[in-house]
Amino acid sequence: MDTFQDTVFKLKRYWADRGAIIQEPYDVEVGAGTMCPETFLRVLGPKPYRVAYVQPSRRPADGRYGENPNRLYKHQQLQVILKPSPNDVLDQYLGSLKAIGIDLSKHDIKFEEDNWEAPTLGAWGIGWQVMLDGLEITQFTYFQQCGGIDLDLVPAEITYGLERISAFLQGVDSVYDMEWAPGVRYSEVRLADELQFSVYNFEAANVDRLWRLLSEHEAECKELLTGYDKYPDKHRYPVLAAYEQVLKCSHLFNLLDARGAISVTERVGIIKRVRDLAVGTAKIWAAQQSEGALA
Amino acid sequence: MSLDFLLEIGTEEIPHWMIPGALAQLAKVDLLGASPTVDATPRRLVVRAEGVPERTPDSEQIVKGPPISAGDKAAEGFARKQGADASALRKAGNYYELVKKVSGRDGRDILAESLPAAIVAIQWPKTMHWTERGGPRFIRPIRWLVALLGDQVIPFEIAGVKSGNVTRGHRQLGASTIPVTTGNYESELRRNGVILAAHERRHKIEKEAAALGAKLDGDLVETLTYITEFPTAIKGDFDPTYLELPAEVLTTVMRHHQKYFSVEGMPDGLAPNFVAVMNTSGDPEGLVKHGNERVLKARFNDARFFWNVDQQKKLANRVGDLTHVTFQAKLGSYKEKTERVVALVEELGGNGHAQRAALLCKCDLTTEMVKEFTDLQGVVGGLYAHAQGEPEPVWRAIYEHYQPLSMEDSIPSTPEGQIVALADKLDTLRSCFSVGMIPSGSKDPFALRRAAQGVVKILVEAKLDYQLDQLVQGDLREFMMDRVKYYFREVRGFKYDEVNAVLASGCWTLADVEARLTALAEVRPTENFEPLAASFKRIRNILRQSGYTGGERVLEADFEQEAERELYRELERVVKVATDSGEYRAILTATASTRPSVDRFFDKVMVMDEDLIVRARRLELLYRINMHFSTIADFSEIVTSGDTKS
Repeated sequence: MDTFQDTVFKLKRYWADRGAIIQEPYDVEVGAGTMCPETFLRVLGPKPYRVAYVQPSRRPADGRYGENPNRLYKHQQLQVILKPSPNDVLDQYLGSLKAIGIDLSKHDIKFEEDNWEAPTLGAWGIGWQVMLDGLEITQFTYFQQCGGIDLDLVPAEITYGLERISAFLQGVDSVYDMEWAPGVRYSEVRLADELQFSVYNFEAANVDRLWRLLSEHEAECKELLTGYDKYPDKHRYPVLAAYEQVLKCSHLFNLLDARGAISVTERVGIIKRVRDLAVGTAKIWAAQQSEGALA
Repeated sequence: MSLDFLLEIGTEEIPHWMIPGALAQLAKVDLLGASPTVDATPRRLVVRAEGVPERTPDSEQIVKGPPISAGDKAAEGFARKQGADASALRKAGNYYELVKKVSGRDGRDILAESLPAAIVAIQWPKTMHWTERGGPRFIRPIRWLVALLGDQVIPFEIAGVKSGNVTRGHRQLGASTIPVTTGNYESELRRNGVILAAHERRHKIEKEAAALGAKLDGDLVETLTYITEFPTAIKGDFDPTYLELPAEVLTTVMRHHQKYFSVEGMPDGLAPNFVAVMNTSGDPEGLVKHGNERVLKARFNDARFFWNVDQQKKLANRVGDLTHVTFQAKLGSYKEKTERVVALVEELGGNGHAQRAALLCKCDLTTEMVKEFTDLQGVVGGLYAHAQGEPEPVWRAIYEHYQPLSMEDSIPSTPEGQIVALADKLDTLRSCFSVGMIPSGSKDPFALRRAAQGVVKILVEAKLDYQLDQLVQGDLREFMMDRVKYYFREVRGFKYDEVNAVLASGCWTLADVEARLTALAEVRPTENFEPLAASFKRIRNILRQSGYTGGERVLEADFEQEAERELYRELERVVKVATDSGEYRAILTATASTRPSVDRFFDKVMVMDEDLIVRARRLELLYRINMHFSTIADFSEIVTSGDTKS
C-alpha cells in the first residue's frame, strides 16, 4: 500500500516523464494551485508550458478544528498544467490513475460537467469533476480566460485532491488516519496545524488589523501596477512582485470572510478590488512577455 | 443509387443535459433528402440515414439574358460570361436566355462540404475553444469523426481531426481503434462496451435499479442515461443509524449529490440501502460498491455533523445573521427581505403563526446544512423549527414556503404556509420589478416566471380572497396576467377564448376566475351557447354603432311586439337566477336558454326603428342584456364557427 508521499512521488514522476517541469509549492498563501503564478500567469500568452507541483491550499472557512474526517483548512493539491492541451489529454490523465495503482477495469470512472470560475481572478474554464466510484478525485479544466484575457493556447489544468485520493487508496475513512510516510500518520504531521489555524481563523485573527493589512497590500500592488508604461527596461519590471500582493489580498479576504467580518455590501466591492488587481497584473505580465521578457 | 449514411462525432464527455437538445438539431441536418435518425452517448453524437443519393441528378438551369433590343454585342457578351457560344442562346419573349446543363454531383462531395459547417453550427448553452484562440468552438473537444456514405469515407476535417471509418469503444470496456462500416457500426460498438441507443440504456437502468429495490425517479434516470455508455446498477448499504437523520436530508445526499436512487423501507421510510449506476459492466470484487459506500458514509457524517452544529443556535437567534446573506446585489440582504415579507404577511391578514414563520423562514440560509445542501432550503428550516419546538403551523409553513417549485408541485398544505409562500414570492416579484429586473425572452435569471406562476397557483388553488389588482400593479400586473392566462390554458386546459372571455369581464379574485371558467366550460358544449355567443356579437355591434349608453326607463308593457316582451321576460328571468342563486353554472345555463328568444327578437324586430322612442326602448333592452349577460364572461370573446380566428 502506498503512503501519501509515495502517491505524490508517483504522480510527479508520471508527469515529469511527460515533459512537465516539477515545481515546488509557491511560498505565498493561496486558496488553490490555480492561483500560483506557475498557473495563473504562465497560461497567458503564446508560449507552450508544462508544469506539475504540489500546492498546499488554504481555505480558512473550511477549517473544522481537525474534527471532521474529510474537511481541511489546508489541503494539498497536485496541480498539472499542460499548455497547449495534448489531444490525448484525458487518456494521459487516466494513465496517471493507473500509475498510482488504480486498476480502471475494476472501478467506475465518470466525467461529470463542472465548469470552473474564479471571479476574483477574472478566470473561467470548461471541464469536469472526475468521479471514481462516486468520489470526486480530480478537477479537470480547459482554461478559456484568465485575468480577463482570452487565452491564446488552451491549457488543460488537472487538479488532484491528494488527501482524498490517498485516503481512497489506503482505504481509510479519515484523512488523519492515512499514512503519510511509513509509520507516520497524517494526523501526526498536520493535526496541530488544522486545530490551531481553525482557532486563529475563526476566533483569534484581529479583524481590524486584517483590514489594515488588506489595504496595505492593495496599496503596494496598485503602486506596482502604475509604473509599467513609463518604465524603461520592461523585463526588469517587478510585476511578479505585484502578483504576490494580489495573493496576499486574496488570502486576507478569505480570512476576513472566515471571521464573518465581511458584510453583503462589502463583499461585492472587495471581490472587485481583488479582481482589478489580478486583471491589472495579468495585463502587465502578458505585455512584458510580448516585449521579450526573460521568462 | 442510394446509400447508407453514418456520421459519428466523437467527443470528450458532453454534459448529459445538453445532449437531447443537440440531437434535436442534428435530426434536421440536410442529407440530400434522406431522413436522419440520431443517437448519442456522452462521448458520441450519431446521425444515420438510409437512402442518401450517391449522386444528385443532372438538371437544367435557365439564365435570363439581356433584352433582344440590346443587340448582338450584348448577347455575345452575356454568352461569353456564361461560358457559352452565342448560338446557344434562345429567345424568350423580349429577352435572350440560356439553358445551362448542371451536372449532378456526388453525394459524398456535397456532404464533405456541408457536414463540417452543420456540426460546428450546433447550438449549445456554453461552448469552448480547445485548440487555440480563434479555433473552432464546440461543447467539448472533438477527438474523432466517422463519416461514411456507403463504404466510402466522406472526407473532411474539423480542428485537425480528419474523418474516417474508425471509432472508439468504451473507455474501460472497449478498444480504442475500431474500424466500422455503416452496417456493423452499432454491433461493433456493443462488442466494445457501448450501448448506442439511449432508450436501451434507459431501459437497462430502470430494469436493473427496480430489481434492486430502487425508488425510480425520472429525472435521475435521464441523467444517468446520458452520463453512461454502459450503465449497470449495483446496490450498496449504509449504517442504519443514519436513518435517524431526516429522510429529506438522506435522499438529497443520495439523489442530488451522489446520483443514487434511494430504497424504500417499511413503513414509508427509507431502507439503509442505495442503488448506484456505474458506467461499466460489473463490480466482481465489490470495489465500486465499497467505494460508493465509503463516500456516502462521509457525506452522511457531514450531514450529521451539520445537524448537530446547527442546533447550537436556534433559528430564532439567526434572524440578525441574515444581514450577511445577499438576496440580490441591488436589493440588499435577506434580513431586509425578511422584514418586507413579515410586513406583507401582516398586511395580507396572516395570523401570528404565519408572521412567526415569515420571520424564521429564511434563517436556514445561515445554517451549515443549507450551505452544503442548498436544494434543501426551506425544508431544513422546517425540520429545525420542528426540532426547536416551534408549533406545527409555524414549522410546516417554513418547510413548505418554497412550494410550488413547479406547475406539477403542490401548493403549501396549510393557510399559514400558503400566505408565507405567497408573500415571499410576491415580494421577490415586486422587488425585482422595482429595480428593473424584468424577465425578457429566455432571460429570467431570478426565475420570476416561476415565482409568478407559484403566486397564481396558490391564489387559485388555495382559493385566497385577494384581488389581483390589489397585489400587483403596472408592468408586474401585465406580467402576472400572462401567467394567469398561461396557467388556465396550459396547466388547466381551458380553451384560450374561454380564458379571454372570463378575464375580459373583469378579474377579481383568481378563485372566482376559476369558478367562472369551470362553469363556462361546462355550459359551452350545450346547444344554445355558441349561437347565443354569435348573437351577442351582433348586440355589441348594434350598441356600438348606435352610440347608445343606457338610461331609458322601460317596462315589459312598454313593448309593442310579443318578441320584445318575451325577450324582456327572459332577461328578468336570468337576472332573477343571478340574484337568487348566484351560482355561475345556473346563471350561464339560464343565459344560454334565452337563445330562442334572442333569435326570435332579431327575426321579428327591427331595432333601429324610425320612431325614436321605440328605438330607444329596444336599445335599452339590448343594453341590459349586454350588461347582465357579461358579468361572468364576455361572450363576444368566444370564437364561434362563424368567426375566423385572428
